[in-house]
Amino acid sequence: MTPSYQTVTLQVPESGDHRAVKNAERNGAAPAVVLRGLHKSFDNQVVLNGIDLQVGGGKTLAVLGRSGTGKSVLLKLIVGLHKPDSGSIFIHGQEITNSNLEAVNEIRKTMGFLFQHAALYDSLTVEENVEFPLRRHTKMTTSERANRVKDLLAGVGMESELNKMPGDLSGGMQKRVALARALAIEPGILLLDEPTAGLDPITSREIDELILKLQEERDVASIVVTHDLHSAKTIADRIVLLHEGNAVIEGTFEELERSDDEFVAEFFKRDS
Amino acid sequence: MIHNASDSRLWIGQDAPQARSLTRSIRASLWNPINGFLEWFGELGIFIWRVLRATVRRPFEGRELIRQLDEVGSKSLPMVALAGAAIGAVLALESRHSLIRFGAKAMLPVAIVFSIIHETGPVVTGLVVSGRVGAGIGAELGSMRVTEQIDAMESSGVNPYKLLAFTRILACVLMLPLLTLAADFSGLVAGWIANTLAEPISFHKFLHAGFAGASFSDFLAPTFRTAVFGLIIGVIACFQGMRSQGGTEGVGRSATSSVVLSSLFVMLADVILTKLILVFFP
Repeated sequence: MTPSYQTVTLQVPESGDHRAVKNAERNGAAPAVVLRGLHKSFDNQVVLNGIDLQVGGGKTLAVLGRSGTGKSVLLKLIVGLHKPDSGSIFIHGQEITNSNLEAVNEIRKTMGFLFQHAALYDSLTVEENVEFPLRRHTKMTTSERANRVKDLLAGVGMESELNKMPGDLSGGMQKRVALARALAIEPGILLLDEPTAGLDPITSREIDELILKLQEERDVASIVVTHDLHSAKTIADRIVLLHEGNAVIEGTFEELERSDDEFVAEFFKRDS
Repeated sequence: MIHNASDSRLWIGQDAPQARSLTRSIRASLWNPINGFLEWFGELGIFIWRVLRATVRRPFEGRELIRQLDEVGSKSLPMVALAGAAIGAVLALESRHSLIRFGAKAMLPVAIVFSIIHETGPVVTGLVVSGRVGAGIGAELGSMRVTEQIDAMESSGVNPYKLLAFTRILACVLMLPLLTLAADFSGLVAGWIANTLAEPISFHKFLHAGFAGASFSDFLAPTFRTAVFGLIIGVIACFQGMRSQGGTEGVGRSATSSVVLSSLFVMLADVILTKLILVFFP
C-alpha cells in the first residue's frame, strides 16, 4: 500500500512574497504561524535545514523527533529568541525575522510560551509569576489581576499554591504554573515545549484537555513539541517529524502511524 | 659526527611540517587571548548599547529600581560601615606610631581625615560592593540565564536589559556615593576612638583639627567618583551574568568573573579618576 503521508508543503505564497501573505491577512486568512525555508546552525552544526511549516488558528501541530533535532530551537525561532540564519517567519502575516525589537515584542504579547523546564521566575511567588504578564501588558486592576490569577491556577489545579515559591514545587507543579503563566494574556498562539514531560498521567490528560479546550473555544493556534505520542495523538491535528534538521514527514497521527518509511516506522514502533 | 649537505636538507625537509605546526600553535596561543579580549569588549559594547536603548523607553521600572536600591544600598551598608571602621582604626594606630616618630603627632586627625575621605573610603567601598553586589548580580542573572528565566521574560515581550540590567546598574550608581559617606563616617569614628584610647580628645576637636584647611572639593570629588565605580560594578556584573552559559558551573564562573573584573576595573578607574581630580580640583 502506498503510504498516505504527505511531505511538508505550504499552502501559502512562495518564499519572499510578503505581499501575498499580507493579502491573505487582509482577507482574514493569514495562518497564525508560517515558517519558510528556515535554516539555523550553531557552531557549524546544522540544526534546522530548510523547515517549511504553517499552523492556522484553532489548529494544533505536534512536533516530534529525536532529542537534539532542533525542536526547542524551532519554538525559540518562532518567538524571536534566536535569529534564523536564513528563511522567514510570519506571525499573523507579519514577517518577524527582520523586524525591530519593539515590533517583535508587540508580536510576542500575542504568544504564550511554555518552556521545557518551566523557567518560572524563582524570586517571585507562584501568584506573582502568573501575574507577571498581566501586570506588564494589561491595564487590569489589582483585584481583577488577582481573580484572573486564581482562575488560571484553578485551571491547572494549582489554586492552593498561590504563595509558594517555585523552588518549593515539584517539576510537574512548576510546569502547571508555567502553563498558567503562558495562558495569562490569552495568547492567540501557544508554543509548548514538552508540556506533559514529567507529569503524572492524570495531569497530562488534564493538560491535553486544556489545550483542546483552548483550540475549540478560543481558536488558539498551538505548536507542541513532545515525545509523548499519546498526547500528540490526542491534541494534534497534524504531526511533523523532524530528523537531521529536516521535516521528514507531516500528516495526521494515523497517516504517520501507517507510514512505511523506515525512520517513521521506527519512531512509532515503541508506542505501538 | 659529520653530516653531509644532503643529510641536512633531508633533516630540514622532514622537520618542516613540525616547524609549521609549532609556528601555528605559537600564533594561536598568542592570537586566541587577544581575540577573546577583543571579542569580550565587542560584546560589552553591544550590551551597553542595548541597555542604553532600553533606558529611554517606557516603562521605567520604578518598582524594580526601588528593590535594587534596597538590595545594593541597605544590604551592603553593614559590611561597608564595618570595613570603613576597620580601615579607620588601623589607619589611626599605624599613623600615630609613624607621626610620633617624626614629631608630627598634631597632624594625626588631618592624616586620618584626608586618607579616609580622599582614598580609603571610596576604594574600600568600591571593592566591598564589587565583592558583595558584583557576585550577587553575576550569580543571580547567570542563574536566570541558564534556567531560561531571561528567555521567558523576553518571550513575554519584556526587555530584560531594562528590567534586569538597567535597574541594577542605576542602583549601583546611586548607592555607591551614599555607601561611601557611610564608610567615611564609620572610618572617622573608628579612627577617633582608636586615637582617643591612646590620648583622649573630643570628637568635635578631632573633626575640627582634621577638616582644618579642607575645602568642599576635597570631599565632593572623591566621594562622587564612586558613582563611576558603581557604574563599572553594575555594568560588568550584569554583563557577565547575562552572558552566562554552561549550567551551574557557568553561574559560578559568572559570579567569580564579575567580582574579579569589576574589582580590577574599579582599581584602574581609581588611578585614572584620582589623576583627573588632581588636574581639575588641584
